Amino acid sequence: MRNEFAEAARHEVANSQLRANIRNATHTIRAKREEAVAEVPDWEQLREAGRRIKERTMRNLDRHLEQLERSVTAAGGVVHWATEAADANRIVGDLIVGAGAREAVKVKSLATDEIGLNRALAARGIEARETDLAELIVQLGEDRPSHILVPAIHRNRGEIRELFRRTLPGNEQLTDDPAELAEAARRFLREKFLSAKVGVSGANFAVAETGTICILESEGNGRMCTTLPEVLITVMGIEKVLPRFADLEVMLQLLPRSSTAERMNPYTSLWTGVTPEDGPREFHLVLLDGGRTKVLGDADGRAALHCIRCSACLNVCPVYERTGGHAYESTYPGPIGAILTPQLTGFTQGNSLPWASSLCGACYEVCPVKIDIPSILIHLRSRINREVDGYGGGGERLAMGLLARAFARPGRYERAQRFGRWLSRPLTREGWISRRLPGALGRWTDVRDLPAPSAETFREWWAQRR
Amino acid sequence: MSSRELILGRVRAALADVADDEPASWIYDRDADEHSRYARAGSRDPEALAALFADRCGEYRATVTRAERAGLGPAIAAACARHGASSLVVPTDLPEAWRAPGVEWREDHPSLDVHALSGFDGALTGCAVAIALTGTIVLDAGEAQGRRALTLLPDLHICVIGEEQIVEGVPEAFERLAPAARSGRPLTFISGPSATSDIELKRVEGVHGPRRLEIVIAG
Repeated sequence: MRNEFAEAARHEVANSQLRANIRNATHTIRAKREEAVAEVPDWEQLREAGRRIKERTMRNLDRHLEQLERSVTAAGGVVHWATEAADANRIVGDLIVGAGAREAVKVKSLATDEIGLNRALAARGIEARETDLAELIVQLGEDRPSHILVPAIHRNRGEIRELFRRTLPGNEQLTDDPAELAEAARRFLREKFLSAKVGVSGANFAVAETGTICILESEGNGRMCTTLPEVLITVMGIEKVLPRFADLEVMLQLLPRSSTAERMNPYTSLWTGVTPEDGPREFHLVLLDGGRTKVLGDADGRAALHCIRCSACLNVCPVYERTGGHAYESTYPGPIGAILTPQLTGFTQGNSLPWASSLCGACYEVCPVKIDIPSILIHLRSRINREVDGYGGGGERLAMGLLARAFARPGRYERAQRFGRWLSRPLTREGWISRRLPGALGRWTDVRDLPAPSAETFREWWAQRR
Repeated sequence: MSSRELILGRVRAALADVADDEPASWIYDRDADEHSRYARAGSRDPEALAALFADRCGEYRATVTRAERAGLGPAIAAACARHGASSLVVPTDLPEAWRAPGVEWREDHPSLDVHALSGFDGALTGCAVAIALTGTIVLDAGEAQGRRALTLLPDLHICVIGEEQIVEGVPEAFERLAPAARSGRPLTFISGPSATSDIELKRVEGVHGPRRLEIVIAG
């Protein structure tokens, strides 16, 4: 089996600055999240309510999407459907050109990152300007996001100062004080907000009942992009729909505490179609499939679509903490990425990711909508072994088959134990197998010492005591 | 086949395991099930709510003051003075009693352009509802609130909250906001001034939205 994740991670793990930045960030936010959650007495009830809302929504997704389309249209918006990334990119590009614009201001959006919107627009000569501070840092540095919530988490303040000095005019004297760096971004983007004709956003939630779109943010760039331009285009995955307005009261309690560890994020904007004399004159909603219906088709993997993109699972993951986000080679890193990426791409990308986990279960414990990530990881490992070429090959299948036979009957199991003890004896030194094992088994001993089988098994000990 | 039909067809095919007659939305039945029965209403009295709200807002570094309804003019003038603000843009239906002397007032009518809005020292509005537990104010483009750009572009936002507008938790706020949402009005939830934690997770107050938030609780 080829392990793309392990190969990509090798480079990241060797970068000690990156590891220090990420360790520092994930530990900080992890501790804050715990505090923010601990003060909510009905947290577990809210999680369960969140899980049920999402589960019910997915089980009737077609009906909710049709209702959302009716509500948005009735409120003066236009709904577009995009089967895949290229469709969505073409629709957005056509709308921008149709509005007579050559540039657009963007709110941070994972969906548009997933479909490569900025690149596709650039190919048509349209500039998409990221306005979230971290996204701006990533864009100016021609870098890739490494975290769902704080995409520039792998950069420290010194690196950001150097970047701003180089790319933002008039900032040669900039210091590395975060407040001063934020001020430089404010000055750079202000005029762009005031003159932008088109804004592009994603959506955290969309309410089918009312046609209301909801985005959560901190800086005010989201309010700028969704309020000031004449034309607003929102790209959202079809799984973001919620049936009722009241469902938001659950999500708006779960998301900020899980995500930024705040009681509430500074700004949450909700809008419904177009409002006369207030905000954009045109509103377009692009509903994106982009593989989501493939995820929906697997009843055991479907819950990956429940994700509300809080990133709590990244911050507690021992694997993410060491590799950072880039090794996942996907818009969605960390545990949620490990179950989402292979499913979204129909097992054409990220197939090694379900193995990028120790199955410790921390991700499940913090998930605000109780996605059972470890179970889905195991489910996907099994599917990938069965369905994808290059996985679950001869040797592994043979070994697992033999193990399954050994575990099937007590007598076989005891004989297998005795056989293993005999086999390991020449390799054992002071209770450990630490020399390189021959062949494929060497990949285990390369990175781990193996405790040798004990001289007496539990079953033997038990039999004697009786 | 249109993209719409294609996607809806794929969704239906993907859900082959779900029975056709399954109810379309999760009906919230709190009494039937304790596992998801979250708190829908608080128990604090109005005085305790105002105190909690002021406390939580303060943690976001908003400035919170309290005033008698008759004394709102001077309280607003004091807020302006704290930030050296001498020009305020206001919605057309702002109550007369809020217009403190010594401040230059300009109504947003006809709608000012974005550069003009940016030029004001501050904006003064009311709000629709305030949430004590999270220190949040919500604007719904209703009475004394004006359009969204008004409270976005000037660097100072002064917001007057009636004590009776404060609820304890998020669900109570949603109950009050439902009519506005159903009639298509935009909602803005504001919890402290604009902020970012994008650089080494250090919180910096004030990026693009107003960098200073003054809240006056009128009792």
